[in-house]
Order: sequence, then C-alpha cells, then structure tokens
Amino acid sequence: MTWGLIIVLILLLLFVFALLTLGEGLLKVAASQSGVDGSDYSVIPNRLGNLFSGEKSKPAYIPAPAKVRHLKRGFNINLAGVADKKLYIASHRASSYSVKPSDFIGMSPMPKLLVETGTQVKAGQPLFFDKKRPEVIYAAPISGELIEVTRGDKRRITAVTILADQGEIQYHSYDQIPSLDASSREELVKFLLGSGAWPFIRQRPFDTVASENDTPKAIFVSTFDTAPLAPDLNLAVAGKEEAWYKGLELLAKLSGSKVHVGLNGGSDQAPAAAFINSNKINGVETHWFDGPHPAGNVGIQIHHTDPVLPGSTVWYTDVHGVILLGTLLLKGIFDTERVIALTGTELKGKYVSVHQGANVETILSDMTPEFSDEEIWAKDENGKKVKKTVQVRKTRVISGDVLSGTQIDKKGFLGFYDDQITAVKEGNYYEMFGWLIPATGHPTLSATFPAALFSDISYVADTNTNGEKRAFVMSGEYESVLPMDIYPQHVFRAIMCNDIEKMEGLGILELGEEDVALCEFVCTSKQPLQKMLREGLETLRNS
Amino acid sequence: MAFIDFWKKIEPKKENKFAHATYDALFTFFFKPNLTTSGKGVHIRDAMDLKRTMIMVVIAMQLCYVVGTINIGYQHFMALGVHSSFFEAFHLKLVFGLVQLLPIFVVSHLVGLGIEFYFAARRGHAVEEGFLVSAALIPLIMPPGIPLWMLALSIIFAVILGKEAFGGTGMNVVNIALLSRVFIFFAYPTYISGDTPWIAGLDLENKVADYNWGHLMFNPLFETIGWSTFQDGHPIIANFSGATPLALGYQSGWVVTDPATGEITGGILSQFSALQMWMGGIPGSIGETCKPAIILGGVILLATRVASWRIMLSFALGVAVMGLLFNAWQATPYMNVPWYQHFGMGGLLFALVFMATDPVTAAQTNTGKLWYGFLIGVFGMMIRVMNPAYAEGWMLAILIMNVFSPLVDHFVIEGNISKRMKRAKQYAKGS
Repeated sequence: MTWGLIIVLILLLLFVFALLTLGEGLLKVAASQSGVDGSDYSVIPNRLGNLFSGEKSKPAYIPAPAKVRHLKRGFNINLAGVADKKLYIASHRASSYSVKPSDFIGMSPMPKLLVETGTQVKAGQPLFFDKKRPEVIYAAPISGELIEVTRGDKRRITAVTILADQGEIQYHSYDQIPSLDASSREELVKFLLGSGAWPFIRQRPFDTVASENDTPKAIFVSTFDTAPLAPDLNLAVAGKEEAWYKGLELLAKLSGSKVHVGLNGGSDQAPAAAFINSNKINGVETHWFDGPHPAGNVGIQIHHTDPVLPGSTVWYTDVHGVILLGTLLLKGIFDTERVIALTGTELKGKYVSVHQGANVETILSDMTPEFSDEEIWAKDENGKKVKKTVQVRKTRVISGDVLSGTQIDKKGFLGFYDDQITAVKEGNYYEMFGWLIPATGHPTLSATFPAALFSDISYVADTNTNGEKRAFVMSGEYESVLPMDIYPQHVFRAIMCNDIEKMEGLGILELGEEDVALCEFVCTSKQPLQKMLREGLETLRNS
Repeated sequence: MAFIDFWKKIEPKKENKFAHATYDALFTFFFKPNLTTSGKGVHIRDAMDLKRTMIMVVIAMQLCYVVGTINIGYQHFMALGVHSSFFEAFHLKLVFGLVQLLPIFVVSHLVGLGIEFYFAARRGHAVEEGFLVSAALIPLIMPPGIPLWMLALSIIFAVILGKEAFGGTGMNVVNIALLSRVFIFFAYPTYISGDTPWIAGLDLENKVADYNWGHLMFNPLFETIGWSTFQDGHPIIANFSGATPLALGYQSGWVVTDPATGEITGGILSQFSALQMWMGGIPGSIGETCKPAIILGGVILLATRVASWRIMLSFALGVAVMGLLFNAWQATPYMNVPWYQHFGMGGLLFALVFMATDPVTAAQTNTGKLWYGFLIGVFGMMIRVMNPAYAEGWMLAILIMNVFSPLVDHFVIEGNISKRMKRAKQYAKGS
C-alpha cells in the first residue's frame, strides 16, 4: 500500500518535471521563432533558481585591488519602456527653453531678473539671481530671445523662457577663464558663481545650491543611476572625456579634501573608461558600489563613504554638471547640452541630446495622446445624476524618473537637474477587487503577489495609488529598501512631531527626497514621505 | 461596467456621514479606487495596501477556524463519552462547533465594525481595515461557551478604550484582541479560567449535556436522513474534569509515575499524549489547540513577509531559554515539563504567530523586535510556570511588552542617535 503510494508520487513528480521541461523547450522555440534571445528563459521561478546558484563573482572590469561595497537592501523596480541605446538622436533643438526657479530648493519666489523680455540673450548670459543669495547667477541655457516670464500665484515666477536660435548657438564670452594651476580656490569660486555654472553644484544637507562660503567635507559624484528606467550615464560622457577629467580637477580644487566618484560594480556592462580612470586625477577617489536601487543615489554613496554630520556639509554634482564645468574651463563656453533618456511605455524609448531646460513637446512627438474623452457620472443643475463627457488624462509626462520626478505638461520643460523624461499611463481607473486578487500587473515588493517569485517581469506602470492613505501600521518596510544606518520610520515620526533635535540625531541631514523615494513607493499606508521629508528639512533649515 | 455605474448611482449624500462612511467602506471593498499619485513625489506606488496586508492575516488563520470548529464538537462529545472516534458522528461535531462559533464570529464583527464605522464617520475619514484582523482573531482566543453579551461588552471596551481613544488603527498601544480577552479575564474570570469553560454545551451542576434551540433545530433534519442526533440530558462521563494540560501541569507536572509499578499516575501525560496536544484534540480556546494549523498560518505570514520573522524567532528563543532554566531549577512540578513540550501546550504558538507579530503594538525597529519577542518569551514562561492562579502567560506577557515596546525602541533609537552625535563631535574636534 505505502510502496504503491510512493511509486505513484515519484511518477507524478516525474510527470510534472517532464511538463516543465517541455514548457521550457517550447518557450525557447517560440523565442527563437520571433527572433528573441531566449537562452535565459525559464519556466522555473528565477528566485527559486537563485537559491541554488552560487555567489556572484566580482565582475572582470573591476580592478583587482578595488573593494566593492555590496548594498543588500533596496529594490529594482522592473518597468517596461527602457530607452533603446540604438536609437540616439545626436542633437535636437527645441523651439524654446526655460529655467524654472522652482527647480532650486529654497529659492525665493521672485528672483531678480537681469534681462528684459524681448532682448537677445547668449548661452551663459546671466538671467536672474536669488535675492537672498545675489552672488549666485543663473544663466541662459541657450541663445535666443527672452520671450516670456511666466508667473503663477502671488506673482511667483514659474519659468523664464527663451525662444531658441535655430542656427548656431551664440555663447556668452567671459572676461577671463581662470586656469586651474594659476588661480586660487577663491578666484575659481568667484568665477563659477558669476558664470551660471555654480547651481550645478549642490550640497547635502538640504539639497540646495552649494553655499559658496562653506568648505565642504568632500565632493561627491555618482556615475550611475539605478532609478527605474534611468539613463545609462556612460553615454553622457562618451566623447566628452576631456571635459570630465577637467571638471574633476576643478572639483578637486574646490573641495577641502577629496572628490569621491561612485562607480557601478553591479552591472554586466562596465562603466566608461573615463569613469574608472577618474582616480588618476589628484584628489579624486573612486568607490565601487553593487546593489539594487538606491545604490546609485549620491546620498547613499555619501552615507557609506563620508557621511554628512550635524555641522558639516558635503557637496555633490552629477555627471552632466562635471562635464559642464569642465567644458567651461576647457573651451570657455557655457554648454548645457546633455544626453537625456526618453523612457516609459507611452513612447518609444530612446536617447536624445538636448540643451538643458528644453521644451519637451517636439521631443515627445511619438507619445500616446495625453487626454481622452470619457463618460462620467455628474450632477446637473437639478441635483440629478447624469452622464457627462469629460476630458480625462491618459498619459503622465514626468521630468525625471517615476520615483522622484516632477509631473510636467506635454508642452512643459525639462527640469534643471533632470536627464530623463518618463511617460507612464495615468492610473485613474477602478479595479474590481484590485486589493484582493492574487495576480496583478502592478510592480510590487510584496510577496503576497505570486509575481514576486519572478523578479525579471517588466511591469507596465501606471500612476494608481493602489489603495488609500492610512496611518502607519507596518514596520520594517522602509528599512528594507534604504541601505543606510538610519531608522526612516522614526525620522518621519520626528518630522510629524516637529522634534528638531530628534530629526537631526536620527540623520535627516543625510537624506534627500530621492533616497526615501523607494520607501514612499513600498509604503503600505501610502504616506507622502518625500513631501514630509522636505517639510522636515525646511523646518531644520529655517531654524 | 454596469456594476460600478450602479454603485456610483447609489452614493449617499456626504452630509449623511455614517451612511457615506459605510458606503465608502463597501465601495472600496469592491473596487480599488481610481486615486492617482500627486505630481510631485512618487508617481507609481506598490500594489500592496493595508487591505491586502490585513486579509493575508485573516487568510492565514482560516485553518485554525476549521480545526477549531470541529474541535469544539469533538471535545464536547469526548466529555459525554459518545462518538469518541474522530470521524464518528462527524456531522454532529461540525454542527455543534458551528452553532457555538458562528454567533461569536458574527457578534465580534458586528460590534467591532459598528464602532469602527461610527468613529470613522465622526472623524470624517475612511474606515480603516485594522479591525478586520482583530475581529477574526477574537473568536479564536475565546472559550467556546463564552456568553455573547460578555463578548460584546469586552469588544466595546477594547475598541473604544484601547483603540479609538488613541486615534484609531495604527495608534493603539496594546493589542485589541488581547485587550478584549483580558477584559473578560479580569471582569468575569470564571468564564475564561479554571477547568470549566473550555468545553461547551455541558450542564456541570447536573452533569448532563445541555443543548439549546440552535443545536436542537438540526435534530429533525438528521432524523430524516437517519443520522445520529443531539441527545439533550445525556450524562457526562464519570471521571470528567475538563482540565486543560496547563492546569494538569501546574498540579502535578509532566508525568508522575508510580516507582514500584512504573505506571503513570498523574501529570499531563496521564490524560493527554504529546501528539494529541500537538494535533489539537484537547480542550482550550477555540483557535489555539491545533498546532499544525497555526504553523501553516505562520508559514503563510512569513512567506508573504506580512509578519516579522524576528519576533517569531526571538519569541521561540525566549521560551526555550526560560524552559531550559526551569528544567534545571526543578523547584515546582511544572518546571519538570521538558522545555520543548511547552510549544505544544496552551496558546504559545498562537500567541507567537498571530498575537506578538501585530506590527502596530510590537517594537518597530529590527533590533527592538528581537528584544521584544525574546522578552515576551521570557515573561510568558514565567507567568505560565510560576503563577499559581492562572496557568497561562502569553496574553499578559504580550500586553506587558506592548506597553514596553516603545521603551525598547527608545533604547535602539537613542543608540543610533548617540552614535551619530559622537561621530559629529569627533569631526568637529578634528577640523
């Protein structure tokens, strides 16, 4: 009796195994028929598979003596709509460009304009300055005619727009380009402040434009971005290696001690040679990081290299900032051209080289329509419910990534620090028993979905909140995606209580919005953590 | 989308707060709302929400419900000395269990959710899902014969004073389900402690079976089919005590043998085998008896990462450490119980899987969770073994640690702060 049962069980197991193997074979056949590389296709959940495969070895591109810092906590959100590296538009000129004061944290609502509407400006020519910090000049990203100063509530300036020259760009000429060897740090700072390049250098804490009176503990640059659908920054430095090195030299001179460059040690693809060789420059150190998002965030890298402490400041910039600074010293021009990625499922993913602050309308020509007509229930003048046709947003355009970008119109402009535009589906729909059914097409960290077993599913993301806002209930969620020695939940509690001492003690100064973005994504209670963090930081900054 | 149109049409006016809160709770039960993220901050959100978290816990305890229902009937007929084989007269055991359990389940939900809806309407916010889990847990930790009015009173006390007074879901200091149990424990101790309450449907004064109309209305049906029926007034077996393993353990320890003959004369083993205690064929609270069902629930909670493995692990460690200590000490008969056998007795596993892991009342930091679980294990064992009045400790131990978990967290947090401040001071000195 028992032997019979065992034999039946073994046969059943063999049958299931045969079925799985057959399925896998068919999958590979189908893949090869449609011309896809199916060599790593498997019907067995790959998280189970990972259990049996051994430890990952150190990639070959990392030099032998270099140490790799493995960050375990974090999460890569696999989204569909990656930018295709083969599709690259070498240079795109939009009709208009603008600088938005709202891109700069802590800027007063009405900066002082230096040029009048209707005048011609050159790329690099001073446009405006913040009345609280008159030394820092914000410059025109491109040459053309200043056509509009857009104002919002209470006459707040929301954008300063330039109608771009469509031919050759006219560059603002500087009196003198200081040479790195001959000039002192003060002279360099003074030059950068007046040139319009200074806002590219930001500081932690607070993520404001770096304070020119401080000497930072160190300057940080991250050469990779792990955010969902983030652009490959190797493309940004391609052909601009010289400017990259020059920029690093300049930063080394500006920093009190060291420039730290964060390198990606977790990707199959090697970082650009220029990035790896950064440490050949005096005063520059490279650090290898391996791990899921947010390992590429400069805030995480600062925390693991030389953390921000109460009473100290750290400066940082991005790859584009370094190249801009380098070009300024090398060629004497204010060149804001950068490679950006167009990502998301609602457009064809590609790379485009544009100047900073470009109007995105022409870039997004192949995007799905922003709005569609829909019938909804609404009350008429008699209070009766009737059907009514309204325009409903179907696509959201985001300047930046889906975790910490800013929503813009299709007629809007690229943000000052952004190198990515994402177009995702708007999630304004109802889903029957959406909270209950086990298999849904939404990205998630939770193992309550069977899809959690398959880590390489690419999701079509939409902006539905997937639930309503609730009080904090779960614990340990935020910690699991924030690779820092910080208790995020208690930071937020301190913010809610307005307890300044506790906020500072718990390390709020080390955090930026992009660092807690993943915490906000996974939050079961749907709390607006980035907004709360900014409020907490503002309380501290103004205290 | 006809169904959603129907729902949109019947939406009550916002001025009618209670009706609107109720409508909103039902609507969001049927449909995931069409809310979208704001233009700043994250643009996409995880598919997980609180409703799903809570329903996972409820799903995890379903097997406890099934086994608990049958065990109510099984224990009852064991006391009568009839149908003593497990599958014999299974229909009677099932119906008896359901007649006992369903009213408890319904009252627990109606009373608790009623209060919850009322407060949601009063405060003008959506009904939060926290009570779904509490309402499902409360029947499982009650004795099968608990009077319904007492249950209702305890839930009113727990929800209003334990939760709404502090601001609703996520704000409570102590576990709501345990608070309602502890209310009965202190207000009506004879109904939830001692030997009598763990087997339902018995008239202990006259030593006969005592059924009500709820049971007896099934008799005609069973008669028609030709199955056995409930026999009102059937005498209880002669040596019936109703004592749980815990009570036996307190009186005489794990096992007492006659030194001359080697016969078992007392202790837990004289009435229950270790396997029987594991499988759940013992008197006790409704959901706590069957250990495999609880372990399955625990596996679900751990696999879906809804509950914290840290708390479960350190809880078990605390029990083991304390159990070993008692085994070495041997001061009372109860201390003779082998430490690993404690896991099979009483509500330990149920407390470990479902009660201690409540994320709101547990410690919030990872290190804190380890201490929290460990201390529950230690205190619970202390109360279980050393307390003469009540031979079970988890309810009280968890409530104690609920109150102290902010303190545990405080030490962890202060450690982090002082580490950072020290680094800052060093930096200030260096520069």
